[in-house]
Amino acid sequence: MIPGSFDYHRPVSVDEAVGLMGKLGDDALLLAGGHSLIPMMKLRMASPEHLVDLSAIDSLKGIEEIDDTIILRAMTTQHELIASDLITDKLPIIQETSLVIADPQIRYKGTFGGNVANGDPGNDMPAVMQCLDAKLELTGPDGKRQVAARDFYQGAYDTLREDEEILTSVHIPVPSSGHGYAYEKLKRKVGDYATAAAAVVITMSGDKCTSASIGLTNVGDTPLWAKEAGEILNGSSLDNATIDKAVSAAEAITDPASDMRGPAEYRTKMAGMMMRRALERAQSRAKG
Amino acid sequence: MSKSHIELTINGKKVEALVEPRTLLIHFLREEQNITGPHIGCDTGHCGACTVEMDDMSVKSCMTFAVQADGANITTIEGMANPDGTLTALQEGFREMHGLQCGFCTPGMITRAHRLLLENPDPNEDEIRNGIAGNLCRCTGYVNIVRAIQYAAEKMKESPVQEAAE
Repeated sequence: MIPGSFDYHRPVSVDEAVGLMGKLGDDALLLAGGHSLIPMMKLRMASPEHLVDLSAIDSLKGIEEIDDTIILRAMTTQHELIASDLITDKLPIIQETSLVIADPQIRYKGTFGGNVANGDPGNDMPAVMQCLDAKLELTGPDGKRQVAARDFYQGAYDTLREDEEILTSVHIPVPSSGHGYAYEKLKRKVGDYATAAAAVVITMSGDKCTSASIGLTNVGDTPLWAKEAGEILNGSSLDNATIDKAVSAAEAITDPASDMRGPAEYRTKMAGMMMRRALERAQSRAKG
Repeated sequence: MSKSHIELTINGKKVEALVEPRTLLIHFLREEQNITGPHIGCDTGHCGACTVEMDDMSVKSCMTFAVQADGANITTIEGMANPDGTLTALQEGFREMHGLQCGFCTPGMITRAHRLLLENPDPNEDEIRNGIAGNLCRCTGYVNIVRAIQYAAEKMKESPVQEAAE
């Protein structure tokens, strides 16, 4: 399988990359790690005339903490997220999620930004970003703007990123130090997209849940933030009746396709099951 | 569509070439450089038979364009043996523990396990299995591959500087 022909560009700055995207227009696509795009190109489902490779732009790499916000630059790889002490310490859910994306080889090349911006409902990071209320920083010809992860996804491969814009970084508010978290993913095999997956972040005060946020992966055209489910859990003691009610509220917003991963009804139920398991693990990890 | 000029190091040797941007690294290695150790198994990024070492990463060369490797340092199975031609502990492990049957996946397995052991010199069985999760073997059931990597880890503990000694 050999992709169609294209011209290759490797800009060294964001400005240069944005300029290229503006000049080349619809015929150009951005290349990050390439492990979603290149398979599509090999299948000729994508046939860009130009590829703009972001790998030589140093300002798109790295992780830092500024004023209780973690800034993850877009070209940081999954492998680097897994190895980062800052992520282990402040946002362990991102490490847990990275470990269930694809396989070791893909994680060396696969980038955080690519996973967030690609728009495939099967990508794992988008629901986690919604769960964490991350803000995506997009840079275009008119400068930078921020879009909430909860607003960014419009449909399958349809996001609020304009063609000439680049996702440059993601800004994530650091959850409180005793927060509980889990990303629970049901997949058929290593490297598969989720049949269903759930991201949960909660805070507890004694036996009482003081905040809860839930994101769901691959059970709709977009990642889903289960707002109502979180509100039901908030203020409760996470008793069975409340959890049942919250799981029902989360299942109600899913709209998965029936495909080789299972019928829609099954995948909806598995989204609920992943949420239960993630919630249980998050509760066991929460301190406070 | 214009060709791109690339310069890279493959198994210690400087290489310059003009490549079509759409040329995949695996095709560049096998068809233009006659380096046929990395195999094309699935051609979809799943099987890992095409794994090569690229700038301290294990990379699936069927999912990477040769132009992306411009400036990179690449090692394939052909560059894995000790400089004097003797087998490394890892290669010896695959022989001693019978870590292969048909051998098709072996170049990718060894290349991947090489990086795994550099990052984690004393892996437990789970870590080995997760570490080679991107490499498929349709013959062995993985048991002897895991033993081969364990053999190498043990042996490298005894003489950890063996590979750097030459």
